[in-house]
Parts: sequence; C-alpha cells; structure tokens
Amino acid sequence: MGYMENMGNMGNMENMENMGNMENKTKTTAKEKKKTEALLKVENISLSFIQYASGLRQTELKVISNLSIEAHSGEILAVVGSSGSGKSLLAHAILGILPSNAKLDGKMEYNGQQLTPEKKEEIRGKEIALVPQSTNYLDPLMRISNQVIGCVEEKNEGLMKKVQRDIFQKYDLKPDVDRMFPHELSGGMTRRVLVSTAVMSSAKLIIADEPTPGLDEKTLNETLSYFKDMANRGCAVILITHDIEAALKISDKIAVFYAGTVLEVANVEDFKNNGENLRHPYTRALWNALPQNKFQAIKGHQPMQDEVIDGCIFYERCSKKNELCSKGIPQLKSVNGGVVRCNNVS
Amino acid sequence: MLDKDKIAGFIGNKILRLLSLLIVVCFVSFMLIQYSPIDPVRAYIGEMPVSAEHKANLEEYWGVNTPPQEKFLNWAGDALKGNFGISLIYRMPVTDVIKERFTASLVLMAASWLFSGILGFILGIIAGMKKGTWIDKTIKIYCYVLAATPTFWLALILLMVFSVYLGWFPIGLSVPIGVTAENVTFLDWFLRLILPALTLSLLGVAQIALFTREKLIEVLSSDYVLFAKARGEKGLDLVLRHGIRNVALPAITLQFLGFSELFGGTVLVEQVFSYPGIGQAAVAAGLRSDVPLLLGIVIVSACFVFFGNAIADLIYQFVDPRIKQQEASI
Amino acid sequence: MSTAVVTVNKGVFRGFNLRQKTLLIIGFTSLLLLAIVISSVEFGDESLHTNFGSKNLNPSPEHPFGTDWMGRDMFIRTLKGLGSSIMIGAFASTISTILAIILGLLSSTGKIADSFIAWLVDLFLSIPHLLLIILISIGFGGGATGVIIGVALTHWTGLTRVVRAEIKQLKTQEYIHISRNLGKSKWWIATKHIFPHLIPQIFLGTILMFPHAILHEASATFLGFGLSPHEPAIGIILSESMKYLSAGYWWLAFFPGLSLLIVVLAFDMIGENLGKLIDPKNAHE
Ligand SMILES: Nc1ncnc2c1ncn2[C@@H]1O[C@H](COP(=O)(O)OP(=O)(O)OP(=O)(O)O)[C@@H](O)[C@H]1O
Ligand code: SF4
Ligand SMILES: [Mg+2]
Repeated sequence: MGYMENMGNMGNMENMENMGNMENKTKTTAKEKKKTEALLKVENISLSFIQYASGLRQTELKVISNLSIEAHSGEILAVVGSSGSGKSLLAHAILGILPSNAKLDGKMEYNGQQLTPEKKEEIRGKEIALVPQSTNYLDPLMRISNQVIGCVEEKNEGLMKKVQRDIFQKYDLKPDVDRMFPHELSGGMTRRVLVSTAVMSSAKLIIADEPTPGLDEKTLNETLSYFKDMANRGCAVILITHDIEAALKISDKIAVFYAGTVLEVANVEDFKNNGENLRHPYTRALWNALPQNKFQAIKGHQPMQDEVIDGCIFYERCSKKNELCSKGIPQLKSVNGGVVRCNNVS
Repeated sequence: MLDKDKIAGFIGNKILRLLSLLIVVCFVSFMLIQYSPIDPVRAYIGEMPVSAEHKANLEEYWGVNTPPQEKFLNWAGDALKGNFGISLIYRMPVTDVIKERFTASLVLMAASWLFSGILGFILGIIAGMKKGTWIDKTIKIYCYVLAATPTFWLALILLMVFSVYLGWFPIGLSVPIGVTAENVTFLDWFLRLILPALTLSLLGVAQIALFTREKLIEVLSSDYVLFAKARGEKGLDLVLRHGIRNVALPAITLQFLGFSELFGGTVLVEQVFSYPGIGQAAVAAGLRSDVPLLLGIVIVSACFVFFGNAIADLIYQFVDPRIKQQEASI
Repeated sequence: MSTAVVTVNKGVFRGFNLRQKTLLIIGFTSLLLLAIVISSVEFGDESLHTNFGSKNLNPSPEHPFGTDWMGRDMFIRTLKGLGSSIMIGAFASTISTILAIILGLLSSTGKIADSFIAWLVDLFLSIPHLLLIILISIGFGGGATGVIIGVALTHWTGLTRVVRAEIKQLKTQEYIHISRNLGKSKWWIATKHIFPHLIPQIFLGTILMFPHAILHEASATFLGFGLSPHEPAIGIILSESMKYLSAGYWWLAFFPGLSLLIVVLAFDMIGENLGKLIDPKNAHE
C-alpha cells in the first residue's frame, strides 16, 4: 500500500527521488510493482465454443489458448491485439459472463483467492467493473441516469442519484443527459457515460474494452486520462485496445495478444527506437508497422480459429522461425522484466 | 407540437388506407358471392313462405336478372348511406344484427384477449428466464400442443367436462333469437361467457408465450444484459429491469396483430357454445346464403383486423423512443 | 401422447447427438404420418359397415375408439378422416407453395410487381382467415371443392413474404450483379440463380403450411361448409358428435380430435426439426 501513498503524492515533486524524465519514473514504479502480489492473476486459460454447423454437426471452436496475464493495483495493463483475436472474450471470461456454450479452462486468482464462477458472480460490479465496447451495451429503453445508477435499494436511490450527478458533472455531462435514451448520445458522450458506470462502482479492477475508437484526438486523450486517474487512485486497469499508440500513452505494461493468446508482456519503455528491447518478433513487427516508425505492414494474416496449429502460433508469419518452432508451443519465459513466448529469445 | 401533427398525419393516412382497403374488399367479396353458383333468392326462399311482392322485391335487388355490376352499385350506394340491407335470416336491418352480435362477441374477445395476453406473457417470461430447465420444457410443450389443438375440439372437450360431466353450466347455452339483451340477466350472460372465453384464452396463450420466450432469450443474450450482469445485476431483478422493459412492447404489438386469429377462433367457439355473437351469425349467413349479412360481417371483421394492425403500428411508431427519435430527426 | 413422445426422446435417444436425434425424430414422425395415409386408403369402405347391433359402444380392445350410433368403428372412421385431412392438406399446401413461388419470384422482377404483391398479401390478410376461406368456398359453389379451393388459395401469404425477403437478400450478392451485367434477363436470373437457393426455405415453408391447412379445412368442415356428411372427415365426425354430447358419448369427440391434434403436432415437429437442420443457429437451446 506504500505504492498508493506514492501515487497520491505524485503531484508533489519533492518526494520524488527520480524526477529526471518520464521514462525513468515509470520504470521505478514498474519495478516496485514486481514485488507486490498481483491483484488479478490469469494463468493458462483456454476458451472454446461448442457449436453446431449446418446439418447439426457439432464442432468445437477454440478462441483463447494458454493465456496468462497479471494485473497490478495502480497500474495500467494494456492488452493489444487485432480485431477478432479474443480480447473481449478475455474480459468476459474474467467477469464470468461468457455465453452458455463457452467452455473455459485454466486458473484465475483475484486478490490471492481462487476466482470461481460463484466468486465472479459475487464480486462483479463491486470489485471488478467493465467499461464495455459500444453503445449496444446500454439498455436502449432505459434512461441514462437509471442505467448508470444501476440496481439499488430504494432508500439509497437519492444518495446514488447525487453521486451520479457529481460524476456526470466531472465528466462534463449536462443534467439533460440524465433523462436521455442511449440512442440520443453522441459517441464521446457514450464513452463518458460508460466510464461513469465504472466510477460509480468504486471497483478495484477496471476492465476497459476498446474505450477509444471513433474519438477525435482531444476526446481520446481525455478518455485515456480518466483511466490514468483511476490507476492513480490505486485501481488496477486492464485497457483492451487495438490502438497501440493510445496504449503506449498511458500504460505501464503492454500484453500483446495474437490469435487467442498472449505472445509477450512488455514494459512500456521497451517500445523505443527500432524495438530492439522488444522480445517477440510479432511485437517488433507491430512496432515497426506504426507510421512514425518504419511503416512496414506484416505479411499474412492471423490463423483462423479452426486451423489446428501444433507449434508457435506465429510460425507462418515469422521471419526468425527455425525447425523447433513448428514442434510444440514455445514455453513462456521471463526475459528482462517481461515475459515472452518464443524459442528465439534468451 | 410535432407529436400532434404526426398523430394527425398518422390517423389521416390510416383512414385513407382503410377506405381504399374496404372498397377492394367489398368489391371482391361481392363479386365472389355473385358469381357463385348459389342463388341467394332461391336459397332464402327455399326456407320460408314469402309474399309474391316481397319475392319480386328481392329478385330485383339480388336476383339473377340484374347484372352484377348494377347490383354492386345498388348495394354500395345504399351502404354508403349506412344501409346495408335487411338480413334475410334475421329479418332485421343488417346494421342492427351486427350491432347486437358484435357487442356480444367483443365482450368475449376482449376477455380472452386480455387473459391470454397476460397469462401468455407471464408464461413466456418464466420459460425464457428458466430456459432449458424442466419448467421451460413444460411450458414449451404446453404451447406446442395448444398451437396444434383444433379450437372447436377444445371447446367440445370443455363443454363435455364442465357442462355434461360436472354440470356447472347448462348445455344448451343458446338464447333463442329474438330474446333481447334486456331479458338476459347478468348472471346468465356471465355464465354464457365463461366457457367460450376460457377456450379462446387457453388457445391464445400459445403464440404470445412462445413469442415472449424467444424475445426474452434474445434480450437476455444481448450486449446490454451482458453489461448489466457485469455490473452485478442478476436473477429476477435483471429480468424485471431489462427483460420486461424490452419485451413488453413487441409482445403487446403482437397481441394487437392477432385480431384476425382471435376473430377466427370466436367463430368456432361461438358455434360450439351457441354463443349469440357475430361468429355464429357469420356461419349462419354463410350456410343460408344471407348475402347482405355476410357482406356486412366481412366489412366489420376487416375493420376490426385493421384496427388491431393500426394500433400495433401506432405503438411501434409513437411509444418506442428509438423510433420516435429517428422520425423526429428526419 | 405428445408429452410421451418428448419424454421418450430423452430415454431412448440418450447417447445420440443432436444431429442423429433430429434425423430420428423426423424419420419417426414421417413414418407415422405415412402409415396413417396408407392405412386410411387400405381400409375399404366395407370396414365402415353400419352395424346397429354394436352401436354406441364404449372404447374397448375391439373398438379402441368406440363405435357411433350406426355401429361404425370410430377408429377406422378417424383413420380415414385423418387420411383425407392429410391429403387435402398436402394438396392445399402444394397449391399455396406454387402460388408463393410464382408471386415471390414475380416480386423480384420489378418495383411495380413488388408493391402489387405486397398489396395482395395485405389484402388477403385483411379479413380473418377462416372468414376468407368461407367466402371463397361459397364463391366456388361450396361443398368439399369449395373448402379445398378456399384452403389452397389462402395459405401462400407467409411463404411469399419469406421468399420475397430471401430474394431481396440474395440480390445484393456479387454473382447476381455479374449475371445482370452479362445481360441476362430478369426471369433467367430469377430461375437459374435465385430459385435454387430458395429450395430449402420453400420446402420448409411447405411443411410448416400443412398444420394450418389441415386445421383450417377441419374447422370449415366442422362449421358445415365442407365435405358432406357421408364423407370421412374429422370436422364432420366432430360436428356429429355434438348431437351426442349430452348423452355422454364422450369418445365420439375425444379420440378423433386428439388424433387430429397429434397429426398436426407431428407436422409441426417435422417442420421444427428440419428448420434446425437447415439453420442451426438456435440449435443449442
Ligand atoms: N458466442 C460465440 N460463439 C462462437 N464464437 C465466438 C462467440 N463470441 C465470439 N466468438 C469469436 O471469438 C473471436 C474473438 O472475439 P472477440 O469479440 O473477443 O474479439 P476482439 O478481440 O474483442 O475483437 P474486436 O477488436 O473486434 O472487438 C471472434 O473471432 C469471434 O468470432
Ligand atoms: S517461436 Fe519461432 S516462430 Fe514463434 S515467434 Fe519465436 S521464432 Fe518465431
Ligand atoms: Mg472486442
């Protein structure tokens, strides 16, 4: 909890030993984090769907495999991956709100306790909050303020209403928004409303699913700053996005998601120059694909979910592959303060 | 302001549509009957003695000697003045017969419409909430069986059980034609209503329950319910907060769209229970070639169905805030 | 009985996967319906001899559905009635399907045709269905022919809408644009490209029409518009039974109606399970 104090004093420069540059500051905090236990630990989970294809033939579709991540209090973990790689499903798996035909294996721990389905049901909305991906996640026929307040006992309603109004005020949502229906909101307003729901909940772990698409530069920065605020208040934030630049602006760590698994968890300061500090070939390729870097797109595409792959999942597209890579999934290795799943790293 | 204009426009539009529909319906029905090999005058006269003068009048109006177009124009001209002719079998103006009969039927239909709507909605919500459990399966099977049940058979079974076996209700429920509404006590009337209304209600449940179930399952797998769950809402609270809100409008709309089937059911049920409503009159008019009455009933039933559809439309366009908004922004 | 079918599913079909189960249900029910039709034709009219020595008998092993006031075996009468119901249903559904296909394809040929057909559908739906059947049957001279024509001419609306919607969707697809650019005629595209894709939907639509057609025919007959009293029909049997209700001859109405219910349910089940095979989206329910 010493960390929280530290964060609380962030504005107070005198307390900071190292006030040279931004990068160093993040490094220290990140290192400090290593020592404390993770708030959320996801170990080796896999997720598949049982489906019926035409003619009622049963098939199993694997969408997440061997995935591990950790989220620490006061830290933002960005989960970056392309569309359809299973990011939203990861969020839903943590909250225990997967569809009924989904099959989830593996281990999750929250605050040192096993995260069973019952436990998930008990703490979701209270300890863990979701900031969902789109307007579709708001009830189309319910007025905004009722939704944001949520399901509360009658005697608390007045109080909650006030809290909601305060939060809206802070996010610059005018009083008439309270009585609007979701379809009457603009994209930016929707974002702020969705973020407010998480703030209302006073949760310790916030999972934000793609909170930034379709926002202009200013609103984007504003939205990101909300999450930074939450982390500064001591929450653990998992920021799901496919916008690597946005992720780099505020995150402490970046988990690179590819075809249903995490290939690397890197510290934000590893993303610099030519990406020589990055561990996985895919991460490096992603970095180099950015316009301000080499602007080189990677060839090929993500494997489909029904393709069976024995070796490294990135094998097809990797420029550094060797024989070993097609035989067995590479082990997860800790390298230089991050983790990576690649044979070619030491 | 805007709403007022819109509603006026809506009503105007509906009235125009109803008028054009009625013209076509009348014309087509009239021609169908005219070109039928059945000769109304003979069918009618075959039953009872009439004076030569009366017969000549009828011949002139309905007889084979007048060309159909002329007959239609005669009839339509009178109809426009509110005169739909004299019912051949009841020997009363068609408008009077319909007024009396339709009122009786309306009571029956309204009772079963309400009851089946409420019961069906509740059953559908329960089944959808408990999807996959034995409760859901029981409700589903009940609905499937009911949907396959011949209306008149269920009516017969209820009649056998409650009137013949238990003796709770008289068997011959009919009141002779000519006994007017005032001569029937409220209790008589109520007793006559119960079994037919029960039959129609039981059958009406199936469609609305299955629809509500489907809709609720759809809503429960929507993103917004997912989010509500993620925020810790669950169980009955969740269904009450988000389920009912989103299912009610489509379910009510469907119930209004069901006027046509309701009318068909009434025809059958009235026949079995000898309930003196418009359905029974329709069957009598059809079997005994009472052309003026049959045409009158066709018109009334078309208006009735149209009215249901119009209300469904109204709900869709004015009550759902999403649609309201879209229209306003255009 | 119907509940029994469903519970039997559970016991007997355990260990089969959904596909096998679905196919088995379709197979069984089709077989049952086929057996009814064949045996109704097989029993000659002589098996319906009047026999006043054995009139108004309770159901017994010898006469499982009892006998009527003329001593006729109600089981055989019911079977024959069901047979004719199914055949009338088949005929009416076929005619309605053909109408639906023609009108549906026609609606794809142009804007005017399309709105005309939409209007025609609305017109047919504007009068309560049963009343419409009565009206048409009178128009065609009443009797069995009248009712059969009435049923056949009024069940196409739903399938026409399906076909229309399906075509609208198909038309947005690439290869149809290409054919159009190659200068193929509208009718050529409709029959060569669009129609084959519609076959599963049409087949399903026809099956789903059956129960409605059968019930409507029985209803109209019950009301007295259809088949004449000496012809075998469930509607006739039931309207006759009304005369004997107060005498307590419950079997006259009970079994024939229940059998009709089961036949209708069987068609519903076939339709539902075929639907699952064609479109498995909702299969995991
Ligand atoms: N209920 C389901 N049944 C089967 N497959 C599903 C189901 N839900 C999602 N999927 C599949 O899982 C994959 C991952 O979906 P997910 O929504 O997690 O992607 P994502 O990474 O969040 O993408 P995006 O960036 O577009 O939001 C998708 O390819 C999708 O097709
Ligand atoms: S394991 Fe092999 S194939 Fe996979 S990323 Fe590393 S080098 Fe490339
Ligand atoms: Mg997503």
